[in-house]
Amino acid sequence: MNETQSSKGIGKVIFSSSLGTLIEWYDFYIFGMLAKTISVQFFPEGNSTTALLSTLAIFAAGFLVRPFGALVFGRLGDMIGRKSTFLLTLVLMGGSTFLIGLVPGYKSIGMAAPLLVLLLRLVQGLALGGEYGGAATYVAEHAPDNRRGYFTSWIQTTATLGLFVALGIIMYVKSSMSEAAFNAEWGGWRYPFWISILLVGVSIYIRLKMKESPMYSQLKEEGKVSVNPLKESFGHKGNFKMVLLALFGAVMGQGVIWYTGQFYAQSFLENTVKLDFIQNREIMLWAIGLATPFFLVFGALSDKVGRKWIMLTGMLLGVLFYRPIFNEFLKETDVKTWMQSDHKFVKEQVDVAMLGKDSVITISSEYQTATQARFTRVVTDTVLAGEPKLDSVVDANRNAVYINKVVDRPTYYKFIFLVWIMIIFVTMVYGPIAAFLVELFPTRIRYTSMSLPYHIGNGVFGGLVPFIATLLSATFTTDPLVGLWYPIGVAALCMVIGAIYLSNKIDPNVND
Amino acid sequence: MNTLKRILGYCWMLIAPVVIFLLVRGAFSNIQSGGTRDINQPIPWIIIISIFTPIALGLFIFGYYCSKGEYDHLPESSDEL
Repeated sequence: MNETQSSKGIGKVIFSSSLGTLIEWYDFYIFGMLAKTISVQFFPEGNSTTALLSTLAIFAAGFLVRPFGALVFGRLGDMIGRKSTFLLTLVLMGGSTFLIGLVPGYKSIGMAAPLLVLLLRLVQGLALGGEYGGAATYVAEHAPDNRRGYFTSWIQTTATLGLFVALGIIMYVKSSMSEAAFNAEWGGWRYPFWISILLVGVSIYIRLKMKESPMYSQLKEEGKVSVNPLKESFGHKGNFKMVLLALFGAVMGQGVIWYTGQFYAQSFLENTVKLDFIQNREIMLWAIGLATPFFLVFGALSDKVGRKWIMLTGMLLGVLFYRPIFNEFLKETDVKTWMQSDHKFVKEQVDVAMLGKDSVITISSEYQTATQARFTRVVTDTVLAGEPKLDSVVDANRNAVYINKVVDRPTYYKFIFLVWIMIIFVTMVYGPIAAFLVELFPTRIRYTSMSLPYHIGNGVFGGLVPFIATLLSATFTTDPLVGLWYPIGVAALCMVIGAIYLSNKIDPNVND
Repeated sequence: MNTLKRILGYCWMLIAPVVIFLLVRGAFSNIQSGGTRDINQPIPWIIIISIFTPIALGLFIFGYYCSKGEYDHLPESSDEL
């Protein structure tokens, strides 16, 4: 086989593997991004059972089912082959996503609605647990030894591109209709779920044409396929200690850096900084779009200088710069500073809601600064029946909150740059990691051995970032950045373990 | 370097029970019947502690292997596993 044919062949392998993985990430993300609407439709407030099901849908899918999926499909992938297994995960993911979009709301079918959605969400988590290991292994087993980092880094772009596509499609659908039409029972929020079936259909068609990994085929021909991959992976000390090293010396830190840069940043800008919904997503889209090529850059670089130090440098940069970066978000959006410069009143809206005989008054006042930054000042107070004090509410400052902040253009570009920097850290830790994991384990149990640490690192350590951040914020109330100590601590610990115990040597032969 | 690897193994063994202790203490001090946030609900804590217990056990075993010199030399081919 000459070099041109070889490149063409690997191009097809990468495209067909990456497309499916990208779609799986897209499917998994849209549920999280539409969580508020889904909650209203399927898990209405005031019902303890639906609240319980909602919590299970959020936590069980990421923390319990993903690692379980890694074990189930990893085992299958090592026993029956990579191709069939990650085809199955794609069908499960696409099918469950499409079906979530078809489940009638709680108002129509009652408790069956949240139960069905929970079940389908768990299937999504299960499928995701099996997908990544298969795709990474499949591409790595096709790639030439000296370019394994570069070729597998294409798979690494899919998680970020899946986020990009999910953000883009939701923003497009949301901006093309009214808020009410989007949030209605059969409204626009369902479109991203329905679109999934088209994407998955195309991907299945492409994957069906793929051949089994050459290394796995050879293993099968020689009759060396593992009969009990779980036992060989985790019951055999020699391999189990490498699973532990992969988790605590690389994937644990990679997971928190990955989650903080792409998800916690967005959530912080929305919930703590109170940035405008659309502007926040625009910033994320630009930063993600501009940073994505660097997965390939660091994947390729890892073929030249080794995987270890690139990943550990990404962790170190996160440890050093997270607090200064997030502090800059807060500093640049401090309304008290904005109000010290010229600003003008734009409009005001007063809403009154009855609470028994009393009234809850909400006054929203919009302001604009000379540099075109905008914000809304909201004052809420209860006016007791028989004791009208509207004037005091209007003048009240003590309960004022500032929301829907729209930053001026220089700050907007600065925020894109800061988020971009954090996603560059992500590309450093995530770009080379597929090649790193593939090289750590033998072909006969590779799918199982690499899937579990990957999903514990990303699903559990990464997925816990918002929960632990809330926990720390509730415990240490004076520091708005206290939540960052969790990813910083985990990344620092992982970096120390990785620096001391990992080898930087690239395995020249993964065909063993 | 191998001495350092072995000594640090005891640190990793120590961190494992500390993590579990902090999680259990966090659960007891934050679960509230009237609370609205995730940290006030018992289910997330049950899920997180159940998934973190085997992970902490894994960290303990990792520390134990380190202290016994299992990582003094990393395998260079699958035959060494």
